Amino acid sequence: MTVGESPARVGGVERVTGRQQYVADVHLENVLHVKLVALDVARARIDRIDGSAAMDVPGVRFVMTAADLPDPMPRFGPQLRDRPVLAVGETKYHGEPVAAVAAETLDAAEEAARLVRVEFEALPAVHTVAAARADDAPLVQDPALRPDDPRADTNVLREHRYAWGDSEAAEREAEVVVEGSYRFPMVTQFAIEPHAFMAAPDGDGIRVWSAIQHPNWLQRVIADLVQLPLSKVRIIAPDPGGGFGGKQHAKYEPLVAFMALRLGRPVRLVLTLEETFQAVRRGAAEIRVRDGFRRDGTLVFRDIDADYLIGAYSDIADRTVAKGSYTSGGPYNAPAVRIVARSVLSHTVPSTAFRGFGNPQQIWATESNMDEAARRLDIDPLELRLRNLARTGDPFIPGDTPADGEWPQALRRAAELMDWGGPVPAGRGRGIAVGLKEGPTTGLSYSTVRLLADGSVVVYAGTSDMGQGARTIFAQIAAHELGAPVEWVTVVMGDTAVVPYDQQTSASRSSVLMGNAVLAACREVQSKLRTMAARLEGVDQTAIAVDSGVVTLPDGRELPVRDVLVRGLGRLGGEVIGVGEMRKEAQPDHPLGGTAAFYEFNATAVEVEVDRETGDVTVCRHVTVSDVGKALHPGQVRGQDEGAAIMGLGHTLMEHYIYDDTGRLRNLGAIDYRIPTSMDLPLEMTSDVIENADGPGPYGAKGMSEGALLCVAPAVAAAVRDATGAVIRDLPLTPERVWRALNEEVPA
Amino acid sequence: MIRFEVNGRDRSIEVAPHHTLLEVLRADLGLTGTKECCLVGECGACTLLVDGRSVDACLVLAAEMDGARITTVEGLARDGELSPLQRAFLDTSAAQCGFCIPGQLVSAQALLDRVPHPTRAEVEEGLAGNYCRCAGYEQIFEAVLAAAEAGPGGPARPMAPEVGDRSSTPDARVAPQ
Repeated sequence: MTVGESPARVGGVERVTGRQQYVADVHLENVLHVKLVALDVARARIDRIDGSAAMDVPGVRFVMTAADLPDPMPRFGPQLRDRPVLAVGETKYHGEPVAAVAAETLDAAEEAARLVRVEFEALPAVHTVAAARADDAPLVQDPALRPDDPRADTNVLREHRYAWGDSEAAEREAEVVVEGSYRFPMVTQFAIEPHAFMAAPDGDGIRVWSAIQHPNWLQRVIADLVQLPLSKVRIIAPDPGGGFGGKQHAKYEPLVAFMALRLGRPVRLVLTLEETFQAVRRGAAEIRVRDGFRRDGTLVFRDIDADYLIGAYSDIADRTVAKGSYTSGGPYNAPAVRIVARSVLSHTVPSTAFRGFGNPQQIWATESNMDEAARRLDIDPLELRLRNLARTGDPFIPGDTPADGEWPQALRRAAELMDWGGPVPAGRGRGIAVGLKEGPTTGLSYSTVRLLADGSVVVYAGTSDMGQGARTIFAQIAAHELGAPVEWVTVVMGDTAVVPYDQQTSASRSSVLMGNAVLAACREVQSKLRTMAARLEGVDQTAIAVDSGVVTLPDGRELPVRDVLVRGLGRLGGEVIGVGEMRKEAQPDHPLGGTAAFYEFNATAVEVEVDRETGDVTVCRHVTVSDVGKALHPGQVRGQDEGAAIMGLGHTLMEHYIYDDTGRLRNLGAIDYRIPTSMDLPLEMTSDVIENADGPGPYGAKGMSEGALLCVAPAVAAAVRDATGAVIRDLPLTPERVWRALNEEVPA
Repeated sequence: MIRFEVNGRDRSIEVAPHHTLLEVLRADLGLTGTKECCLVGECGACTLLVDGRSVDACLVLAAEMDGARITTVEGLARDGELSPLQRAFLDTSAAQCGFCIPGQLVSAQALLDRVPHPTRAEVEEGLAGNYCRCAGYEQIFEAVLAAAEAGPGGPARPMAPEVGDRSSTPDARVAPQ
């Protein structure tokens, strides 16, 4: 039994010895180094680009601008094809490249990039919701990109509306209405591995290296842009050094592909951390919540009006708005809900997927409002939530998957671990909150499993192992099903020429969806072993069982899989191959295109201490409880839970992009943008899981890699309020913001 | 031309005067275990040992390294055996994406060389210069404490100089973590 244990991570030895090869570690012969050229303005009209001085630098081979690319400019994007390979005519955010230099050495490329002369005129830019939605706001996007869209002449890319129940009747029924406006800042993924891209001509095709979470999706994007069949586009996707959503979709892969094809040589582009900040971020949000309650605390309606500030190109940002807002009725049985959520374009870094996918913004608002409601209703915040929380099977979002876990159990567990209701040390305060995220709405994963002649196993899976440990999970499944030690299983990923199709690595899907595909492939191998055993033993194969590496014959005899395999394969040897497929079908009439494969549910309780002199918040205790169905690898589950919780503390306490008045990003890089270090951790961290084996994944597992991040902010803010009386509705809770709240007259 | 010792091996190499130790190790010597991230000495991904002291390789010019003794993550395992720290990182599932792990390991080794039985607070402080965005800090601390518990020694120990021996530091700009 390896499932449910914590064997050493597959790929762990490589990670602790420095042998793990990330994209930037891959050496290509004859490679040209690429450096991007960007303007130090938010938005500009490009008048002229002169690369002649740059070309004079010894070793420089090419200065690429929009003029060197097909006309019209090839554009790409997972939702809307609005992002150009290089800026054409106008730059739309601080850091958008206007040119790219390729040279024999990085030194030469960097020097030449500084010598590219760009004549431009700075244009007015919008970088706030208010500015972007003003009547006279400059348009971020050319309306021609959205020809049939009535909003094409505004900066609202899309507006999503979801509603159920009779809100008007509920308004009349409500005895207490609680309203609030909440803000969530722009934050960045800050994977420790800055994004890196390489491309090289490959016979009559092309090879692209990228730490991409969705290799097969990238393959389609490149094939489409450079007009090659899929079979001629090979994506090599080494394990990302952290993804967190920022590496889901194409960024500069199209650029390096065009450069490699043009130059007939391999090219390599490794972004600086600063450039990575200008490539990926999370959507900011301004969210208004109105909740109506009966005096006993029953939630009777909820209204949400949300503006998400997305960037200059849509990437997957609008999907985060749609999906993150759809569940903002909360994990509650809210009988009447009206949700309006807009994706607002701005002259800022394109926002994209980021752990939590649009939900942390909503949950910050809705759970903070629940806390406000608890106070107004004079009901304990835990009690108020328990009263309204959906129970297993409740259709809390009509038409979607009913509540699929024992959520009150998780919430009660968090409260118990916090000693909720017990004495709070002097000067401290406590907060509690819950978070819900809709899992994947569609999915398609294939896996091939080869049982080799000696009983060892090779698993092929198109998942990207970016730290969540998918490789280890798949090895555990194969080891468990086929009776091999985990160390005898090799998991091959990250090469579209070798590994079968997988839709994507996102939404905490891989243990469930690809896990089921691996399981199905193993079951096909087992079926072939049954046929083999029936032939060898002269018995009916339907009476043979294969389970956990043991073949059980009709007379009760048990044979190890390996014995059957060795005898069955005979003198020529060979292997047994199984193919597995897992589909989560789309549902076109569903607002999101499909129902939730599962929900991620988390309950978080914190205890804080606030330094009234400085405004500094110390998280003394942090309890996080996730409903995971089944922890396939408890060590990795803990890593994901605690990691998500600490990442949540980042946007709660310290992280935010700072723009100047003209829309330039001012805190680029590690000095001015702080993320939690070992000195910023809760003094005491407790992570626990609820395991009822009620998930759709192998052995009852659910996805779980995002849950512990979802409701950290509202739990901490509630605790700050509990400790000090200060109500703060803007993140992050920096010392300055907390100090100001403490020193201004605020109604408690 | 500089001569230095990298992971026990003498190397002589021409270096550009403006190239950092990080660039030379990764690009010229092919030692890619040391990682590149912030390039301003904040994240710790490029931590290595220079004469036993932990240093951000992105902040040090290679030209200053003449005569130095360098240990990178590739030098922690000896004779194919993982060091106690490396083994402990595996046992506690401390490595997630793994990108920060070389720096964490090297910083932890420097700490254990200095303080063989650190307290949890000393571990937190000793690793304060090493970001982990997967934020596996708790498991990393557990690994370091477990390795310390497992006993002194370990393959990398002999590479450490006397505690606090500043004279072995080739340049004052080589700042400890």
